[in-house]
Amino acid sequence: MAIIPADFELPLQLHPVKLSDMFSLNGVSKRFGSFTALHPLDVAFREGETSVLIGPSGCGKSTLLKLMIGLLKPDSGTIHFNNQPISPTNIQILRHQMGYVIQEGGLFPHLSVEQNITVMARHLDWSISDIRQRLADLSALTQFPENLWSRYPLQLSGGQRQRVSLMRALMLDPKVLLLDEPLGALDPMIRADLQQDLKEIFNQLEKTVVLVTHDMGEASFFGNEIILMRQGKIVQKGTIKTLVNQPTDPFVKDFIQAQRQVTVIEGNNP
Amino acid sequence: MSRHSLIRFCFVALAVPLFATRPTDDPIVVGSKKFTESVILGEIIMQTVQQTSFEAIHRRELGGTRVLWNALQGGDIHIYPEYTGTIRKEILAGVAMDSGMAALREALRTQGIGMLSSLGFNNTYALGMLTRTADTLHINKISDLKRFPDLVLGFTNEFMDRSDGWPGLKQVYQLPHTNVRGLDHDLAYRGLANGNIHVIDVYSTDAEIDYYQLKILEDDLMYFPEYQAVILYRLNLDSNAPEVISDLKMLLGTIDASAMSQLNSQVKLERKPESIVAAKWINETFGVTPTIEVKSRWQRIWQHTLEHLFLVTIALGAAILLALPLGIWSAYHTKTGQGILAVVGIIQTIPSLALLVFMIPLLGIGGLPAIFALFLYGLLPIVRNTYTGLKSIEPGIQESATALGLPWLSVLWKIDLPLASRAILAGIKTSAVICIGTATLGALIGAGGYGQPILTGIRLDNMGLILEGAIPAAVMALAVQGLFELSERWLVPRGLRLKRSD
Repeated sequence: MAIIPADFELPLQLHPVKLSDMFSLNGVSKRFGSFTALHPLDVAFREGETSVLIGPSGCGKSTLLKLMIGLLKPDSGTIHFNNQPISPTNIQILRHQMGYVIQEGGLFPHLSVEQNITVMARHLDWSISDIRQRLADLSALTQFPENLWSRYPLQLSGGQRQRVSLMRALMLDPKVLLLDEPLGALDPMIRADLQQDLKEIFNQLEKTVVLVTHDMGEASFFGNEIILMRQGKIVQKGTIKTLVNQPTDPFVKDFIQAQRQVTVIEGNNP
Repeated sequence: MSRHSLIRFCFVALAVPLFATRPTDDPIVVGSKKFTESVILGEIIMQTVQQTSFEAIHRRELGGTRVLWNALQGGDIHIYPEYTGTIRKEILAGVAMDSGMAALREALRTQGIGMLSSLGFNNTYALGMLTRTADTLHINKISDLKRFPDLVLGFTNEFMDRSDGWPGLKQVYQLPHTNVRGLDHDLAYRGLANGNIHVIDVYSTDAEIDYYQLKILEDDLMYFPEYQAVILYRLNLDSNAPEVISDLKMLLGTIDASAMSQLNSQVKLERKPESIVAAKWINETFGVTPTIEVKSRWQRIWQHTLEHLFLVTIALGAAILLALPLGIWSAYHTKTGQGILAVVGIIQTIPSLALLVFMIPLLGIGGLPAIFALFLYGLLPIVRNTYTGLKSIEPGIQESATALGLPWLSVLWKIDLPLASRAILAGIKTSAVICIGTATLGALIGAGGYGQPILTGIRLDNMGLILEGAIPAAVMALAVQGLFELSERWLVPRGLRLKRSD
């Protein structure tokens, strides 16, 4: 993993694509009708690093993630993935190298756990033995019991569903993982458990991870780099230390402060 | 090729394999309207034609004047019984012509239709009294009523209102009566029988005339229009089947009003089948014995079941084939989709009877227009349920499928359609049940099915016959519903039928 100083700023305008960038967005903007979800922005995500997009709801963090995996098309600007510009013609193939997990898991309720995880591998005509092997490896990695493979999503707990969703995202061994509030729908105990497991998995895999959350605690737990967003713009980008100690905007301080208060209140409740 | 005939050609081309079992040597098709007298006359005509070397079939109870006339012009039927007054006032309304049969015949000839002379009776409005009362008072003609201003007159509301009904009659005959009541026809007969009413309006061949022993008063000032019963036929029969026409001419002048009234009474009041009544009359009049096929109740139910299933299966199958793609398209293309839903919705609001009648000029009579109408009605539930089923899939699930890198067709096939399967199946089920119900109206345009006994039962006020169509139709609807519920187990994926465990 590259060690980059916390206050390092990439000169993006001069060199839009760096070899170490897994994702690089230049002048990307998005509107929904009259609502501007993202103002033109430049941002890059470095290979092998875990970045966290954080901000209040409506700040554009999920939109950014959907643009990166091509679920939305930008109104302006370009997105490079692994040094290739994303376009409608190549996005389908490029997605094989991206794993996507959303808050509720997005599991297909009509398919069993095994079918959910292997749907894409079967579509690509993997051999049965390859599929079995990969499934077993992923089950071990995510600590998901093999005897639940034949269950359907409705028969699983929330935490189990998210593990299945993660396995599905990892099935094709993608270069990046894009996680949109993956723990957001879980109750606190399970959440803490899975948080810990997820971090271990990320460390083990050394993949590029982009995680969206609104929880500062979670962001600092996961992120080498934290990108704070507000109203479709990036407010500040850096480690948690930089954000706490050198806020570039009063909003950064307010946002962190608000989150801390919540933590304190939670802590006072037995 | 005009647009109509082009549409017609397309449907015929599609339907040819379905009707391929029809004999190549086309039989003479006799039509009749949906009232008893017309059916009896149609039956007499058909059995007469059968005495020739031609095969004949009778498409009974096809509907009203419009349906029969269009069918005759379109060649779906070749012969049917009509009334001169109806020809003059409805069929050729607006055509200027002299009075008299010759002018009428000439006007019809220009349309390719021939008309034979009167069968022997004039079925028009008439005034009737109990024979007893009339004889006591020596009343024979309408003018005689003037001498008895105290008589109570009971007329149907229609007769009271029509300008050629009571208002005109009163004026022409200078009738002084003030005690005139408007009431239902059946009540009028009862009022007559118990003496509360003395004079009523009737059709001159009503079955009840014989039953209640009515005297028909002579229209001595020729007030009521002529409704002579005549046979209309396609003029090409003159050259194609001259012996049919010459045999039919033997019928002319053979049925007088009281004979017709008796035939009507045998069917309506004695509940004998029209075919038997007609055969008996032919036998008594000409000394020949027509061979008629009388089917048992179970044979009839079986035949109607096959006809009904045929209509419903083809219509529903075609509806599914079109509605599924339309529903899928609507779900993914919101703008055109709203248009599609609106159009399909509007089709649903067309009254079914009107839709069936619209079909006749395009598709003729029989199974084809009925199937097409049923097909149109079958669209909405399937389109709408497919649309709603697909639209109500959580966006996260669809996005996850796309984000995996599945092409859209695989997303549709492996994810979206299975998830919407329950809704789609429910739509098809609704469509099937509607189809089974609406198909009973098909009998109105000669499509057969369970509607046939219902229609006849209503006409003859025969509850047994109505139930003979209504009960199997209900059973079929229930069976189909049950079948669909069973098929849910096969078609709806197991994961969607589970209850949430946590």
